[in-house]
Order: sequence, then C-alpha cells, then structure tokens
Amino acid sequence: MTTPRTLFAKIWDDHVVHKSDDGTCLIYIDRQLVHEVTSPQAFEGLRMSGRTVRRPEAQLAVADHNVPTKGRAQGIAEEDSRVQVQTLKDNAAESGITYFDMDDARQGIVHIIGPEQGFTQPGMTIVCGDSHTSTHGAFGALAFGIGTSEVEHVLATQTLIQKPAKSMRISVEGKLPVGVTAKDMILQIIGHIGTAGGTGYVIEYAGEAVRDLSMEGRMTMCNMSIEAGARAGLIAPDEKTFAYLKGRPMAPQGEEWDKAVAYWRTLPSDEGATYDKEIVLNAEDIAPTVTWGTSPQDVAPITDSVPDPDSFNDPGRQTAVKRSLDYMDLKPGTPLQEIPIDVVFIGSCTNGRIEDLREVAKVVEGRKVADGVEALIVPGSGLVRKQAEKEGLDKIFTQAGFEWREPGCSMCLAMNADKLQPGQRCASTSNRNFEGRQGRGGRTHLMSPAMAAAAAITGKLTDVREL
Amino acid sequence: MQPFKKISSIAAPLPMINVDTDMIIPKLFLRTIKRTGLGKNLFDEMRYDDDGKEIPDFVLNREPYRKAQILIAGANFGCGSSREHAPWALLDFGIRCVIAPSYADIFYNNCFKNGILPVFLPQDQVDALMKEAQENPESPVEVDLEQQTVKRGNKYSYRFEIDPFKKHCLMNGLDDIGLTLEKAADIAAFEKTDGQKRSWLY
Ligand code: SF4
Repeated sequence: MTTPRTLFAKIWDDHVVHKSDDGTCLIYIDRQLVHEVTSPQAFEGLRMSGRTVRRPEAQLAVADHNVPTKGRAQGIAEEDSRVQVQTLKDNAAESGITYFDMDDARQGIVHIIGPEQGFTQPGMTIVCGDSHTSTHGAFGALAFGIGTSEVEHVLATQTLIQKPAKSMRISVEGKLPVGVTAKDMILQIIGHIGTAGGTGYVIEYAGEAVRDLSMEGRMTMCNMSIEAGARAGLIAPDEKTFAYLKGRPMAPQGEEWDKAVAYWRTLPSDEGATYDKEIVLNAEDIAPTVTWGTSPQDVAPITDSVPDPDSFNDPGRQTAVKRSLDYMDLKPGTPLQEIPIDVVFIGSCTNGRIEDLREVAKVVEGRKVADGVEALIVPGSGLVRKQAEKEGLDKIFTQAGFEWREPGCSMCLAMNADKLQPGQRCASTSNRNFEGRQGRGGRTHLMSPAMAAAAAITGKLTDVREL
Repeated sequence: MQPFKKISSIAAPLPMINVDTDMIIPKLFLRTIKRTGLGKNLFDEMRYDDDGKEIPDFVLNREPYRKAQILIAGANFGCGSSREHAPWALLDFGIRCVIAPSYADIFYNNCFKNGILPVFLPQDQVDALMKEAQENPESPVEVDLEQQTVKRGNKYSYRFEIDPFKKHCLMNGLDDIGLTLEKAADIAAFEKTDGQKRSWLY
C-alpha cells in the first residue's frame, strides 16, 4: 500500500525534474503569468545574457497594475507607466508570448484572467511575479508569487529551484451564516493565525464551508493566503472546478478534456494523509468582518469596537497596534459601526469577479450612495465588465451613484491615477491595508463586497445584515 | 551578482515588526524598467516628508547609520508583495545584510538573487544587537557567511543557520539560471515523459 499523500505532495511529486542530495529540487513550472511591473528587468536580463524564452506558449502576458480605469482610449498619461506597458507589449511580441492589450476585452487583472481563460487548471504549477498568484490555488493548482529574478529563471528554463514547503490544513466545518462570505472567512483565518502564521507553509483549505463556496469564493480565500504569510493556498478540485473550466478558451477540449479530468480526479488529498499543522474552525462562529488597523491580521467582527493596544500580550504587537491606530486615527473602544468613510473601492483580484459585483448590486439596488462618499467599482477584467453590463448591473451601480470603471488593479495599490488622498478613509474589497497602500496617508478598512456596498450606502462601516 | 563573504559595518536599528515591501519601496517607484537607482527612495514614506525633505528622526537619515550596510529589524520583515524592487532598493542604498527574527518567504528568496544576506537570529539575540546598535552606533557588526556568525566586538558572537545551497551560491556570486541550464537534458526528459502523461498541457 502506498502512503497517503496530500494534494500538495501529489502536485509537487509530479513536477520534480531533479532532486539534489540536500533536498533542493528543480521543479517544472507549467504556466507563468506576466505583468508589466515585475517583468521588464527579467526580459532585460535574458537579453543581456543572450538567452531566450523556452516555452512562449506556456506564458500569458497582460498589463494591469498601471493601466488607467477611465479615458483609456486616450492612452496612459504618465510617461513611466506608459513605457512600462509598452515594454511588456514589445517583450511579448519579441518572444512570441500571447499578450492581451489594453483595448482587448480579455484584458484584466492577471489573477482574474488566468481562471477566466482556462489558463489556470488543476494540478498545475503556476507562477507570476506577483504575490497574489496564490489565487489560482482555488483550482487545486500549486500557484505562488515569485520575484523578478525567478520570472527570468522561468522564462529561460521553465523551472524553479525550490525546497518543498510544509503543509497546513485549515478546515472550516459547518455552514456559513447568512450574510457571511468567503472574504469574512479568510479575514478571520488571518486574524487567527497572524500574518506570519503561514510562513513556510502551503495551506490547504478544507471542510464543508469551503467546499460549499463557489469558485469565485474559493479564489477570494486562496488569494489572501499570502496575507497569512503562506507560500500558496490550495483547495481540492471537484465537480464545481471542472464545470467552471469546461469550454473556456484555454482549457483542454474533446478527448484531452476527458483525459485531463481523469487526472484531476486523482489529485485531492488521500484519506489519512498527514499535515505538518492542522487548524479547525467553526463556520457558525464567523461574522461579517472588517479590519481596523494596518495589518491584515487586525480584524474584528463588525459588531465589535476598536481594540485597546494594551489588550495585546506581545510587546511588539502592542507597539504595532499603537502605531496603526495612530495612523488610522482611531480611538480604542470606538464601535466599528460608528467609523465614517470617505471612499468605497470595489474591485481587485480578491473581489473583482462577476459574483462579487452581483453581491454588490443586491445591496445597492434602489438605494443611493451616501452624500460625500466617493464610490467606485472596478471590474477585474473586460469580460467581467461585459457580463455585468449584460446583466444590467452597471445601471444599478450608476443609478446608485457609483462610478463604473474599466478593468485593472486600480485603487488596490494606487499605482495609477486612482488613489486616496492623505487622511481619507476607504472601505475596500482589496487585500492589503498597509500604510499608504491605497495612496499616501490613506486609511483602508478591508471587507467583503456586500459590506463595502453597505458602507457606501450609509457612509460608515455597517453590518450588512442589518441594512 | 556580487558575492557575499564577510562584511563589517555599522548596523542600523529598525525596531518594527511586519516591515512590508510597500514601506521598503513604495509602489510609486515601481514604474521603472531598471534594477538600479532605487536606493534614494528606500523607505521613502518614512524617510522624507511631503515636501521631499528628509525626516531627521528616521534612522537612515542619521549619522552614522547613513553608511550602514547592515539593517536590524523586527519579525516578519519583507512581508507583502513579491516586488524584487525591495532588495534592489536596499542594495542600491548599500545594505548587504538584514538581521531579523523572521522574514516573509518571497522577500527572503529575492535577497539571495541580489547578493544580500538575510540572517535569521532568535528574538533575544536580535534584541541584544538592536539595543547595541542604538546605544553604540559607531561600533561595527561583523557578519561572516563562511563561518555563519554575527559578531559585535568581543561582546556578542552568534551563529546562524542557512541553507547550504543558498550559501554556496551567495558566497560565489553564482547565477541560478546558469546552474539550471546545466540540467537542460533533465528538463527536456521531464517534458517528454510528462507530455505523455499530461498531453493537454503541451
Ligand atoms: S488587484 Fe491588487 S493585489 Fe491583485 S494583482 Fe492587482 S495590485 Fe496586486
């Protein structure tokens, strides 16, 4: 009898090209996504050393971080951003890599378009010069972010030098209460294990509440694995995964499809497989959650108040919490629902998919954005945008007073024109609340799309269940 | 890549946990297609005020820390994005070694590709070095990769652990891609076998 293996171990074992005596492995990388910010130096490195791209067909390139979300037809105003996007386009053309241009409906955030095109598939190793590559783990693919030197390494060799990560399983048992989403679940997990809790691990999410999620919800969870410090997040592929992928442009077709599905079915962790660490949470304990600080682990149920720094045991954490409350301009003991907001941002690779927009539409239909609140919705891709328009969601949004934008990373990291002004407070569906993340001096509260929509309507952090 | 063998330098104390890559190099400076020139914007938002003037309190704006090649920091250093601009900015400023109790994975890996040594030490040892760096800024810290030691005068001598392969590459300034291409035959063989098993990917 063979030893039971985890999903992670199965993917890993199938990708080892070479193993050294000290355990260092050369692993094969099936697919790479390439974007404008972390790739120019990699292509430059290749050129300088006279190397070429080994498998252009295994790469997919798109510009997302720097692209404008309005007035796109006029091109990019900032010179340096324009150069970066043009450089990606040129590099892709020169090496024969498929590139979705700014005016292509398939353009969007790398982690949205991979799954959307069927480029992302179970059992694959997938990398990208971007930490949120963990998103693709929702399909049962081992997907992780890498630095630019490694982007170059993959372009040149289609491999990476790695040591296997440790494995952790986080099971969320039971059913999520009404009004509680994948975003609340992952925020609570990060709050539970801390932003370094997953360091050195690949986390497999399991349990009924995870299985019950749609593919969109699973992507939201895996997306934020990096905020828990993990290398990657994984969810076992199942019928929902296959149904999502079937018929997508880059998914296998015909006989190849059947062959692929047969292989994908062998991937879920075997009964009795062991993990280096196991955590079990109860879905019923999870409430709509928001962050109050400047680290993604600074979470609390919306019904709570801003914590007192002295209530933390660890001195390092006390100092960090003091600093973050100072930055956030929040006083301990303030009920979270009394915190007013200036801006609402709905989008990003965490929550910029069609299902997220449908959730927002449900909350805002027939209502109005509160006076003085600036609210924008940035779809994750051109196809999400199209689909939303087909369903009439854009009308619901604009009638409620939201701005309806073109796809890109936008205010998730504020590299383009969309950013917070110093002191502005934002309810955001993105994944990072670091100081200055959404613009210098800007203050971010992370939450689910439904919660951000509720905040837009009332002008303050709000429990969507009570709206 | 510049090899790393041994350095002796002033060490700058940055007693903060969770120093993220947005702090190390804000995204504004990621709109470059070069690896160099980022040093002046290292820790930009903590180092300069809104008018671009230096904030005198910030450690790297103070003597003698301006010349530091070693940075001592709190746990989970380099968390956040995968941007290799973070080690590029550190290196361009002149930092060759970071000492912290723990690091975010991607940042840790990225350091090695750029000739920077990230040293792991237990919290109490980092605390001791941090205190010394604050109280006796002028006395240098010596980091020896070959011996895997961090020393401060005769007072402290600590040993650190490091992956032997990473150590070898860093000491010799080896380029990973060159090493991997020596295994080109293995890669081709893998593709051939795997191409039969998972034909839909080829
Ligand atoms: S949406 Fe945000 S987190 Fe996602 S890839 Fe873009 S910048 Fe990164």
